[in-house]
Amino acid sequence: MATQTSPMRDYIFFAVFAVAVLTMPVWLEPIGAGYPDLLQKFAIFGLFATGFNLLFGLTGYLSFGHAAFLGVGSYTAVWTFKLLGMNPIPAAIMAVIASGLFALAIGYVSLRRSGIYFSILTLAFAQMSYNLAYSVLTPITNGETGLRVLQSDPRLFDGSTESDGPLLSNLFGIEMTGYAGFYFCAVVLLIGFFIAQRIFRSPFGIMLRAVKTNQNRMTYTGLNPRPYTLAAFVISGMYAGLAGALMCITDPLAGAERMQWTASGEIVLMTILGGAGTLLGPIFGAALIKYFENIFSAFNEQTLHEIFGFLPDWIEYPIVSVSSLFVGEGWHLTLGVLFMLIVIFLPGGLMEGIARIRKLFRRKPGKAEPSGAAAPAE
Amino acid sequence: MSLIRKPLNRRSILRAGAMGGAALATPTVFTSSAWSAPYLNEPKGGEVTFGFNVPQTGAYADEGADELRAYQLAVKHINGEGDGGMLNTFSSKALGGNGVNGKKVAYVTGDTQTKSDAARASAKRMIEKDGAIMITGGSSSGVAIAVQSLCQEAGVIFMAGLTHSNDTTGKDRRANGFRHFFNTEMTGAALAPVLKNAFGTDRKAYHLTADYTWGWSQEGSIKKYTEALGWNTVAAVRTPLGAGDFSQYLTPVLNSGADVLVLNHYGKDMVNSLTQAVQFGLREKQVNGKQFEIVVPLFSRLMAQGAGDAIKGIFGSTNWNWSLQDEGSQAFVKSFGQEYGFPPSQAAHTCYAQAILYADACQRAGTFEPCAVAAALEDYEFDGLGNGPTLYRGADHQCFKDVLVVKGKENPSSQFDLLEVVEITPRAQVEYAPDMEDVKGDLGTCNNGA
Amino acid sequence: MDVILLQLLNGLDKGGAYALIALGLTLIFGTLGVVNFAHGALFMLGAFCAVSFNALLSLELVTIDPDKTTAWGTPLEIRTPYVEAYLGDFGAWLLNFSVPVSILLAIPVMLLVGFVMERGLIKHFYNRAHADQILVTFGLAIVLQEVVKSIFGANPIPQSAPETVRGAADIGAVLGFDPGVIVYPYWRMVYLGFAAVVIAAVFAFLQFTTFGMVVRAGMADRHTVGLLGINIERRFTIVFAIAAVVAGLAGVMYTPILPPDYHMGMDFLVLSFVVVVVGGMGSLPGAVAAGFLLGILQSFASMNEVKAILPGIDQIIIYLVAVVILLVRPRGLLGRRGVMES
Repeated sequence: MATQTSPMRDYIFFAVFAVAVLTMPVWLEPIGAGYPDLLQKFAIFGLFATGFNLLFGLTGYLSFGHAAFLGVGSYTAVWTFKLLGMNPIPAAIMAVIASGLFALAIGYVSLRRSGIYFSILTLAFAQMSYNLAYSVLTPITNGETGLRVLQSDPRLFDGSTESDGPLLSNLFGIEMTGYAGFYFCAVVLLIGFFIAQRIFRSPFGIMLRAVKTNQNRMTYTGLNPRPYTLAAFVISGMYAGLAGALMCITDPLAGAERMQWTASGEIVLMTILGGAGTLLGPIFGAALIKYFENIFSAFNEQTLHEIFGFLPDWIEYPIVSVSSLFVGEGWHLTLGVLFMLIVIFLPGGLMEGIARIRKLFRRKPGKAEPSGAAAPAE
Repeated sequence: MSLIRKPLNRRSILRAGAMGGAALATPTVFTSSAWSAPYLNEPKGGEVTFGFNVPQTGAYADEGADELRAYQLAVKHINGEGDGGMLNTFSSKALGGNGVNGKKVAYVTGDTQTKSDAARASAKRMIEKDGAIMITGGSSSGVAIAVQSLCQEAGVIFMAGLTHSNDTTGKDRRANGFRHFFNTEMTGAALAPVLKNAFGTDRKAYHLTADYTWGWSQEGSIKKYTEALGWNTVAAVRTPLGAGDFSQYLTPVLNSGADVLVLNHYGKDMVNSLTQAVQFGLREKQVNGKQFEIVVPLFSRLMAQGAGDAIKGIFGSTNWNWSLQDEGSQAFVKSFGQEYGFPPSQAAHTCYAQAILYADACQRAGTFEPCAVAAALEDYEFDGLGNGPTLYRGADHQCFKDVLVVKGKENPSSQFDLLEVVEITPRAQVEYAPDMEDVKGDLGTCNNGA
Repeated sequence: MDVILLQLLNGLDKGGAYALIALGLTLIFGTLGVVNFAHGALFMLGAFCAVSFNALLSLELVTIDPDKTTAWGTPLEIRTPYVEAYLGDFGAWLLNFSVPVSILLAIPVMLLVGFVMERGLIKHFYNRAHADQILVTFGLAIVLQEVVKSIFGANPIPQSAPETVRGAADIGAVLGFDPGVIVYPYWRMVYLGFAAVVIAAVFAFLQFTTFGMVVRAGMADRHTVGLLGINIERRFTIVFAIAAVVAGLAGVMYTPILPPDYHMGMDFLVLSFVVVVVGGMGSLPGAVAAGFLLGILQSFASMNEVKAILPGIDQIIIYLVAVVILLVRPRGLLGRRGVMES
C-alpha cells in the first residue's frame, strides 16, 4: 500500500481509516475494549506512536527518550488548565509549543551523534527530566502525587464560574471525559495521521528516508541532513507533547512516571511491534500493547473459570491453571512471548503479517508483491 | 452494558437544574439515603461488583497478591462462604452472610503497576466497563491519591489500601475516599515515646529519606516528634527512589556524629538500605559513648523478609501484625491461614477490613448510593477488626485506632514470625486535629456520579 | 578527608560492579554486533543461581510437632536443613559459604544459558536490524523475569555473605587514621577484588590466547576472518556464553549487597547501557574506565556538601556525565569508528 501511491488512493485510505477510528466504540465492543478510557488510550498512544514513527520510521534515528516530551506536554497542559482555564484547545496548543521547544533543545544536542550514541543521549535527557520531576522539581510537578488542577487555582477565564464539583476539561461546555473525550482524541489523532501521511509523501519525507538509507551519499550530494533530521525530531516531539496534552485533557493529572525510560521503551516497542516506517503499523502496535495492559491484566481465576466453564472439570482446571500464568499478574509474560513471536516470525511487525495475509488472498503468482510494503526498520 | 455513563454527572445536573430554575435541590439531598435518584453503576440484578485494584507487576507485586487474597476471602465471607472470619468478631452485625443488600458480591481485578497512570486506567476500566460500585486497593500513596481523586470525579467510593502518607487523608483528602491504614503522623506520635524509653532523650539522628512525597511526610513526622523529645537532627539526606546501592549515602553517616539512623524508606529501598547499613557495621558502632541504633519508621513484614537478619532488633511501626492476640486478629489469621497456608500481611489485613467496612456501611445504609454509604461510614465507631475500638473520622475520612510499635524479632520461630509487638500505642495518643497544619485539606462534597 | 576517602572507596566499589556488569554487554556488542536487552536478565539469572543454590542447601526435613499448632490451627512443622542433618559441620560450612560456592553452580548454568540463547535465538538476529534485536531480546528479558517471578515471587530474597566477611573492616586504622573512622564492609572489598580478577581474566583470555586473537580479528573484520576458513560463528557462540557467565557471576556476588528480586535485571539495564556507551561501543577497556568514572563521580555527587550547592545532582550525575562525554568524545571514551553508529 505504501509502494503504489496516488493522491486519490491516499484520500480513500485516509477516509477508511477515519471511519474505522470513529466507529471504534462499536466494533471493539465484542472484544471488551469498547469503553471510553481504553478507546482514549488507543487514540492517544496511536498519535504518540505515529509521531515517533515520523522520526524513527523515516530517518532511522532511534530515540530512547521520547517519553520526556510526553511528560513536558502533560505538565504544560495541566499548568495551562491551572492558569488559564479548563478549555482543551489552549492546553493542547501550549503543550505542542512547549514540547516542540524542549525537543528543539534536546534534538539540537543529541543529533550531533548517530546510532546508539544518539539513543543514549536522548535516554540520558529523558532520565534526567524524570528524576528531577520526581524529586527536586516537585514545586512545579508535584512529584510523586502528580500535578492536578485544584479549586484554588486562578484559572483566569473560568476560575470564578465553578465553585464545586470535579474539575474536568471542557470544550465550550462539553466535558472531555467518556465518549466525548474519546471523540476529541480521535479527531486529533486523525489530524495527526493526516499530517503524517502528507509528510510521508512530501519531498521532506523523501529527504528523511534518504537520511536513513545513506547519510554519506546525501552529504556528498551537497545536502546537509541535520536540518531535516532536526525538523523531524521536533515534529515528532510535538506529536508526543500533543499526546501528553490529550492524556491530561481526558484526565487532568500529570505524573512523573510518564517520563521514565520504561515509558520511552514502550513507545519504541509499540512502533517496532506494529511495523516501523509504515503509517498504520505503529497505531496497531500501540493498540495491541494497551489492550494487553488493560484487558489481560484484568483476568483472574474467577473470570477464567467463567470463560472455560463449558468444559468438563478435568479439562477446565488444568486449562485454567495454565492460562492463569499468562493473565492477571502474568500479563507481562504474554507480552514478552508476543514480542518474541512477532519479531521472529514477522520481521516487519504486524504490518508484515497483514501484508502476508493480503498476499494469501491475492494468490496471483505472477504478480510479485514488493516486500517493501512493510520494510523492516533499521 | 449501558453506554455513556460518564458525561452526565452531578455537576451537570446541578447546572441544568440551576438553568431550568428548579434549583430546589440543596446539597443535603445528596447525602440523604432517602433520596432514591439513580447513581453511577447502580447495581441491577442480583450482583454488585467491587473493583480490586492492586499492584500485580513491579516491586509491590507480592504485596498486591496478598491484598487480592484478602479481598477474595472477604468476598467469600460476605457472601456467606467459609468460616466468616472477622465478620464474627466485628461489632456491627448488619451483614448476615447473604451478600450486601440482598445482592451477591462479585469482583473485578486490575493491575495498578504502582504507577498513577496505570492505576487510574485500571480503575476507569472497572468503573466504565465492568460497572464497579467501589474501588479499593493499592500499595503506595501516590497511587492511592491518584485513584482517590479519580473516584471522586467519577462518583464512586474509594477504599484505600496500603497508603501511609499523611496526604491521602490530609491535604489530598476527598469526600469519596476512605482510609483504614494509619499514616506518618501516627507513626511519629507512637514511635517517639518508645524510642525515648529505649534510646534516651539525648540522641543525634541522621535521616535517609526516599525522595518523594511519602518519604518527606515520614521524615517530617519523625523529626517533629523526636525533636520534641530533645533529639537533634544532624542531617536529613534525600535518596533517589530505587537507588539500589546506598553506599554513597551511608558512608557520610559514619563520621557525622549521629548516633541514630532513621531510614525513611519503604519496600525495596528499605530492604536495600537496611541490609547495607548493617553491612557497614553501623549496628556495632559506638558513637558519643552510646550504641548506634537504626530505626525504620514503617515496617512491613512482607518486605522485612527481604532484609533477612538485618531487621533483628530494629524498631518501627506497623498497622497490624498477625501475632496479635485479640479475637478479631485471631479469627482473621485462622481463616486466612487455613485458606492459603501462611499468615496474612498488614496489607492483606487493611484491605480485608476495608472491604468488610464498605459492605457493612452499604448494608446499614440500605443502598449502594455512594453518598449514603459515605454518610454511614463517617464518624462510625466499630470494633473487632483487629485494631481495637476504631473511629472512622468524618472530618477527614481517616481511621483512628491503636498503633503498633514493633521490633525485629531476635529469635524468629518461623519464616513469618519476624516482628514482635513492643507496644500498642493507644488511640488517644495518636489522634490529631483534622485541621492541624500539614494535614489540613478540603474534603469537598460527595459525588455519586449521577 | 575521611569523607572523601570513603566516597572514593564507594566509587571504586560501584565502579567495579558497573564495569563487571557492562563488560559482557560490550563484549557482545563488539563481537556479535547485537544489542542485547536481555543482558540485565542474565545478571538476574546469575543472582538467582545463588538463591537457588541456597534454597537447595536449605531444603528442610519437615517433622510435625503434634503438640503445637500454628496460629491458624494446623500442626506446627519443625524444620531442619538436610545438609546439616546429613553432612554435619561440612553442611553448616557449605550453608555459610553458599554465595561464593554457588559460583561453581553459576558457571555451568550460565554457560548453558548463553549457549542456548545464542544458538536458539541470537544467531538468527545477526543480520537483522538493531530494532528487531531490541524487541526480541527485550521480549526474552520479560519472559525470563516473569518465569523467575512465578517461581520465587516478587519480593527480594536475602542472601548473606559468609560470616567471616559479614561485617565491616576498620581499614582506616591500617592507614594511620583513628580507629573507627574509615570502615568498609568486607564483602564490598571482596566484590571489588573479584571484579578485578574477572576483568583481568577476560582481558588475558582475549589478549593472550589464540582463541582470543581470532575473536579480536573477528571483531575487526568478520568477513575476512570467515574467508580465511575460520569458523567464526562457533567462536561467537563461545564469546556469548562467556559474556553470559561474566554477567551471571556479577549477579551471584552482588546478592549479599542487594537482596535479589526478579526485577533487578531491568534496574541495571539502563545503567549498563550508559556505561557501555560512555566507554565506547565494543571497547572493553572503555567499559571498565567508564564504569569506574561513573561510579566515582556518582559517589562524590552524593556528598551532602555537593548536594547543598547543586540540589538533586546525585539523581542525574550519571546521565549528565554521559551527555558531556558523548558531546566531547563522539564515540565515548575509547570507542571505535563505525561501530553501532548507523
